[in-house]
Amino acid sequence: MEAMKETVEESLREMRDTFASGRTRSLKWRKRQIAAIYEMVKDNEDKLCSVLFQDLGKHSTEAFRDELGHVLRSATVAINCLDKWAVPKQSNLPLLFFPAKGKVISEPYGTVLVLSSWNFPISLSLDPLIGAIAAGNTVLLKSSELSPNASAFLAKTIPAYLDNKAIKVIEGGPDVATILLQHQWDKIFFTGSPKIGRIIMAAAAQHLTPVTLELGGKCPTIVDYPTISKNIKSVVKRITGGKWGSCSGQACISVDYVLIEKSFASSLIDMLKPLIRSFFGDNPKESGCLSRIVSKQHVQRLSRLLNDPRVQASIVYGGSIDEENLYVEPTILLDPPLDSEIMNEEIFGPILPIITVRDIQDSIGIIKSKAKPLAIYAFTNDENLKTRILSETSSGSVTFNDVMIQYMCDALPFGGVGESGIGRYHGKYSFDCFSHEKAIMEGSLAMDLEARYPPWNSFKLSFIRLAFSEAYFKLLLLMLGLKRST
Amino acid sequence: MAAAKKVFGAAEASDLVNELRRSFDDGVTRGYDWRITQLKKLLVICDNHEHDIVEALRHDLGKPELESSVFEVALLRNSCKLALKQLKNWMAPDKAKTSLTTFPASAEIVSEPLGVVLVISAWNYPFLLSIDPVIGAISAGNAVVLKPSELAPASSALLAKLLEQYLDPSAVRVIEGNVNETTLLLDQKWDKIFYTGSSKIGRVIMTAAAKHLTPVVLELGGKSPVVVDSNTDLKVTVRRIIAGKWGCNNGQACVSPDYILTTKEFAPKLIDAMKHELETFYGKKPMDSKDMSRIVNSNHFDRLSKLLEEKDVSDKIVYGGDKDRENLKIAPTILLDVPLDSLIMSEEIFGPLLPIITLNNLEESFDVIHSRPKPLAAYLFTHNQKLKERFAMTVSAGGIVVNDIAVHLALHTLPFGGVGESGMGAYHGKFSFDAFSHKKAVLYRSLFGDAPVRYPPYSRGKLRLLKALVDSNIFNIFKVLLGLS
Repeated sequence: MEAMKETVEESLREMRDTFASGRTRSLKWRKRQIAAIYEMVKDNEDKLCSVLFQDLGKHSTEAFRDELGHVLRSATVAINCLDKWAVPKQSNLPLLFFPAKGKVISEPYGTVLVLSSWNFPISLSLDPLIGAIAAGNTVLLKSSELSPNASAFLAKTIPAYLDNKAIKVIEGGPDVATILLQHQWDKIFFTGSPKIGRIIMAAAAQHLTPVTLELGGKCPTIVDYPTISKNIKSVVKRITGGKWGSCSGQACISVDYVLIEKSFASSLIDMLKPLIRSFFGDNPKESGCLSRIVSKQHVQRLSRLLNDPRVQASIVYGGSIDEENLYVEPTILLDPPLDSEIMNEEIFGPILPIITVRDIQDSIGIIKSKAKPLAIYAFTNDENLKTRILSETSSGSVTFNDVMIQYMCDALPFGGVGESGIGRYHGKYSFDCFSHEKAIMEGSLAMDLEARYPPWNSFKLSFIRLAFSEAYFKLLLLMLGLKRST
Repeated sequence: MAAAKKVFGAAEASDLVNELRRSFDDGVTRGYDWRITQLKKLLVICDNHEHDIVEALRHDLGKPELESSVFEVALLRNSCKLALKQLKNWMAPDKAKTSLTTFPASAEIVSEPLGVVLVISAWNYPFLLSIDPVIGAISAGNAVVLKPSELAPASSALLAKLLEQYLDPSAVRVIEGNVNETTLLLDQKWDKIFYTGSSKIGRVIMTAAAKHLTPVVLELGGKSPVVVDSNTDLKVTVRRIIAGKWGCNNGQACVSPDYILTTKEFAPKLIDAMKHELETFYGKKPMDSKDMSRIVNSNHFDRLSKLLEEKDVSDKIVYGGDKDRENLKIAPTILLDVPLDSLIMSEEIFGPLLPIITLNNLEESFDVIHSRPKPLAAYLFTHNQKLKERFAMTVSAGGIVVNDIAVHLALHTLPFGGVGESGMGAYHGKFSFDAFSHKKAVLYRSLFGDAPVRYPPYSRGKLRLLKALVDSNIFNIFKVLLGLS
């Protein structure tokens, strides 16, 4: 650990020196680094798919769709838009301040720390990295030890492609994170659980370091059956894809549970079952299209959630677990008790509770009784319900008639609220996330108003009062002696 | 006879938050009309109670009427009026652009209130720093608890009385008290905490917020440097520095010019000009001038005295230095070339003492500033365009002002906040509304047009199409669909 402490201090020193040198301020440098990330992903596609398969059993299509493709797009957008993003924003100043000028420039924070997660170890490392670099920072990335092959790849390959005096990678677990958090960073970007998010923020508080915390939550999916029954096939496909098709439910924006009116629940379940079979075959473990659970610990956690006898009783599909092979079968539950553990913590796995309500409007009350999630999904064509969802619930985002896809829309900020996180990124929001918006005002030495300076008298007071309320005509009268000072 | 002060303990703190949360959940604060009504009432407070406010500030800080009228009431009045005028715009969702990848879809960003928020304000501008954030909180549709500083007791009492009298008590409350009450409040779960004060307490606030993952805005302070180039209009420069330092709560302001950096060559001219203008502003006996606030209390008086009395500092006084503990007054004091590691050059002065540090050339000022924590503001006086640009680009501070002092506070089109030790987050104008809002992303998708490419079982063909979609390149997509790729 002593060696690790020294490595961290050495790295910080070097990154700070690099930042002080001004090299990362150049837009050309930033674009070159981001282009290098693009090349790194393109050159190593097969290797990347291989490490993701090793760590999580991800199929290469899933790996590309959810991780590599996302990073490529993110890099492309950043390179294409950086010039625009970096332009200072001019501010309009009131007439009183003429001829002063005001603007806001985005300046890099300095040396930033990115702590990524194991479920999308490539995109959750490289996407924030792209943002940090685009904004002109030097950055240290600590990838998750729970995805060791991806982590090793990043540690080995990033230095070969990127400016390694400015961008560094460290591997390791909680003990390394603890060492890192003892130091002062100019910004910390964390993806992970709310429990660790609290620890990160408390550590950041010691140095007044601003944080972005991309956390999780139970993302509910409302299915307003009657209003979307015409397209029910699409709905079921999207839910199935959104639950099991992306890292087997181990995603912060996975469909966590479904809310549906009691009378339609069995229809939904009857459509889900064959669809799961058509996606993953009769033996999903062998399909190659379903990711593994990341570790024995997580399998045990999911096992525990299912072990509650009341939850066991609610299993209507699946339920089998193979701890040795890190496999949990796609499982559907019908009405597990609302006070069971599985309905009170983020599932992060391939188990789908279906909660029935008497009236679909009641789902809003259930959602509100829980912590604010990262996303709320609702399949409905009822405008009234849509309005109620938008105005009565709170979440990072809301997606109507689809799931997960908001992640790919880089015009939308991606982030949580309350327990699901602080701050946001994607697209320009990534650039902003790693920038300090610095206000710059330039006054003129030429025009000086006596009224600004002591000694005070009633004329000066009247003058300033009128000036502040932008009552320019009255101000003119005062100056011409046609208005009495009060 | 004054009513006995109600006990505020843990139970009361918890009840308070629960009550406000119930109001919020009931939708009391969400509607446009409610927010407008509260803002209008705040404007009435500014219009009808200016005299009371001026009196309270005179009591707490010896603040001259003009400063109270202008830097507290007038600024607040403008802030209210702006919010009243712009609220509809601010509340409207922003449309976001969607791309081929998520077609067909439309997207928007909706501003929603965070919930129940806590505003903790400071003693130096007790009305401005209390009500301005409250304006932001209310505009954004939150329920809000304000905890004013006990170091400005008349202002705190007046704030409690006025807000209780005019605003909706089911959603807006004031809790007076000291560190005990603040600690009890900080134990509760808030949806946002807005704090103005010192960096030391800022850490305490953020640590408490971390327990509940509560986002924070911390408006802190720092040593705001003023770089003075010989190539400047000396008289205007000096007048602005003096007005910005001693004319703003007698140096007790977060954006006060803390110390000056100038060349050895120019310093004597600068000091002479300052002495001359100081006398014009405050007369030959500045201790008698009614145009400066006093020091807030004996703690701060003693703190400032200690700064002056340090060895190797006390002999650097070139102007002023008089003190009157009984009346809590310290004369405008200028010091020349105190040691860079002295106390007065290590902590935020927050008082009427102005060290001038001389350098061989102005270049060195960048190193001096760079070697210190990032301040809330950094100032430069010069005609030199290149120097202005370099300063703006390379000096990291909350905000940069060239050729003036502190005025950027009054501009609602510029975000006001710190960086590093000087804080996080920003407010003023629309930035206040945004500070207290959650920007919720909303995506509307159609149930038609589903790409089978999204779903297992996965195949090479699907992978190719996906890659083409990711590129959002029409030609590639067609080629794949037509089987040509």
